[in-house]
Amino acid sequence: MGRPGWTLWVVVVLIGDSLAGPYRPDAEPGPLETNNIEELEVPPELDGAMSDAELVPHHYPAQRAAKVAVHYLNTRHASPYSCIELNRVHKASLEDLGQAGKKYRLQISLKECVSNTDLGQCLAEVLFPGEQEQRAPQVQCSCEGLKKLNNRAEEDALFQRLNTSNSPLSGSNIPDSYGNIAPEMKPMWHLGAAAASFVMLKESNESTLYNMAQVANFTQLETENDQLRFKYHILLHDMISQEILHWKLLVAWSPAGGVSVPQADWEPKCHHCELPLAKSTPEATKPSSAS
Amino acid sequence: MWKDNMMITVGLAFLILCMQNIDCTSDKLTQDGITWNYNYTRYHPMSEISDWMERVASENPELVSSSVYGETFEGRNITFLKIGLGSEGREKKAIWMDCGIHAREWIAPAFCQWFVKEILQRYQTDEKLNEMLKNMDFYVTPVLNIDGYMFSWFNESTRLWRKSRSIPPEGCWCHGVDLNRNFNAYWGTVGVSRDCCQNTYCGSGPVSEKEAEAVTQFVGSRVDQILCFLTIHSAGQLLLMPYGHPQISAPNYDELKAVGQAAAAAMKAVHGMVYRVGTSPEILYANSGSSRDWARLIGIPFSYTFELRDTGEFGHLLPENQIQPACEEAFEGARTIITYVHDKAFHNRTEIGAVGATRAFWATVLASCLATMYLL
Repeated sequence: MGRPGWTLWVVVVLIGDSLAGPYRPDAEPGPLETNNIEELEVPPELDGAMSDAELVPHHYPAQRAAKVAVHYLNTRHASPYSCIELNRVHKASLEDLGQAGKKYRLQISLKECVSNTDLGQCLAEVLFPGEQEQRAPQVQCSCEGLKKLNNRAEEDALFQRLNTSNSPLSGSNIPDSYGNIAPEMKPMWHLGAAAASFVMLKESNESTLYNMAQVANFTQLETENDQLRFKYHILLHDMISQEILHWKLLVAWSPAGGVSVPQADWEPKCHHCELPLAKSTPEATKPSSAS
Repeated sequence: MWKDNMMITVGLAFLILCMQNIDCTSDKLTQDGITWNYNYTRYHPMSEISDWMERVASENPELVSSSVYGETFEGRNITFLKIGLGSEGREKKAIWMDCGIHAREWIAPAFCQWFVKEILQRYQTDEKLNEMLKNMDFYVTPVLNIDGYMFSWFNESTRLWRKSRSIPPEGCWCHGVDLNRNFNAYWGTVGVSRDCCQNTYCGSGPVSEKEAEAVTQFVGSRVDQILCFLTIHSAGQLLLMPYGHPQISAPNYDELKAVGQAAAAAMKAVHGMVYRVGTSPEILYANSGSSRDWARLIGIPFSYTFELRDTGEFGHLLPENQIQPACEEAFEGARTIITYVHDKAFHNRTEIGAVGATRAFWATVLASCLATMYLL
């Protein structure tokens, strides 16, 4: 056979062989995407502070802190038609402030969960107060993509429908045991998750990782001050202790006013059970009732 | 003459590209072995899973047998399906997979059933799978914590039960032990509760629970045979390596990490879902007494906990319309690990991923083409 054929063969084989090279995993899961976030100016109080310890983004300390930032963002932005979830932690560092607590600095990317769209990146600071203080974490965020969240038309329609309806809306087991949610219950599920974010934010510390497991039930109450009001019984799941925590919430919502939680009460598992003991990490900490 | 060469070149180039990009043989799925309408994209109660196991074994006797290897607290048989070719009278190397050690993690038993179904559909046409089934047996336990699983089906209020259903110990008043804190692996030291009402209660002592004892007895007596121990959970989208104790490192940490990352890459390739890889104290939390740790401790070189979908939106209440995609990606992850473990044992080959097999194929194609050319 002639030379050209042979050469072409070798070329084809070599090309294919290089494509089929052995898998060599990266040390970290994939390169950081470059992005066009404006650099925040370092706030004055941080100048001259102790240098931050760099954290591995996919390890648990950064992941737990990022979750807290997401709870915070959901208290501000979530609604019956939108919720925010963590996409990835890109960079993280931790500053030990001694008695003042621990401050995490995070670069995270977010997704909108209802539409499954990209919400871009955030710079977040999460301060877990020191043990002396029984306070909620303090969170600050600077995000580029949250202006995209706009479901005003749907929210107005829902508000109108519920405000003028003759019979108060109620529901239970959302999602059900099979993970299913009736379409008309989806906004009420998202509203429950938005309300749950207030509790999850307040109850979070470095040894918790909260998600809402289920809306056990909800009932619509009388509208007050142009806000729809609901009683919600929600179940939170803490990944670290693996406990399911029952909370009863009073939830208020309007498209203009957003979501608020005027009252939240933790329900113990059973009457004769002891309160979960406050222990050192990683077991469950004693929840306090939010005001 | 020139045209002949061109045709040979193009034809074989096409064939080679095909083998690289997709495993062509696995596209030819047959329905052999699964001839009735069992719905793998629905959650099934225990009675249906038991019936399914019986039927799979009786309808595929050349490939599948079932065995009871222990009892739950409430006296139910714990059964595995043993899947392999030519297994009669041979002590083969083996892969262990268990699902449903935690009752509420329903996607896990769904995956074990899916996994078996995939094997039955592919084994006659997927050469690699066929080879692995000849060399190894797969022990698959679709539901380990049967009492707990059945309790989670009882009504809506029991759906999120996690533990076994053993009776309260002296001085306490709640049922159940966290089976994945009950194994004899640094038992009771970290990431556990001593309060019987808590969900990480580790029991009154190591292997106090009959379900943990069943696994300990069976796997423990076959340590030299078992190449790989996979235990399937939800949720979190994680591949956890030994050990759960923050100060103890597995001797083959680097290899476990590399293989785990290859599996995660294979999983991501299916539907874009990210699975993080690491030890439990690195990426989730410290814990002791897990079955994964115990398996590594007694000498099984590859041991992983799969935490399947999702990352918190539905958690354990994963919708049925996600069963298929979750199982598809988990299958690729499991297959990556199993293939590596097999090739290391039987071909002394430690290139990671199916690409290793492709390379071998490449070499064969080239050799045979060169031979053909010289003959022409």
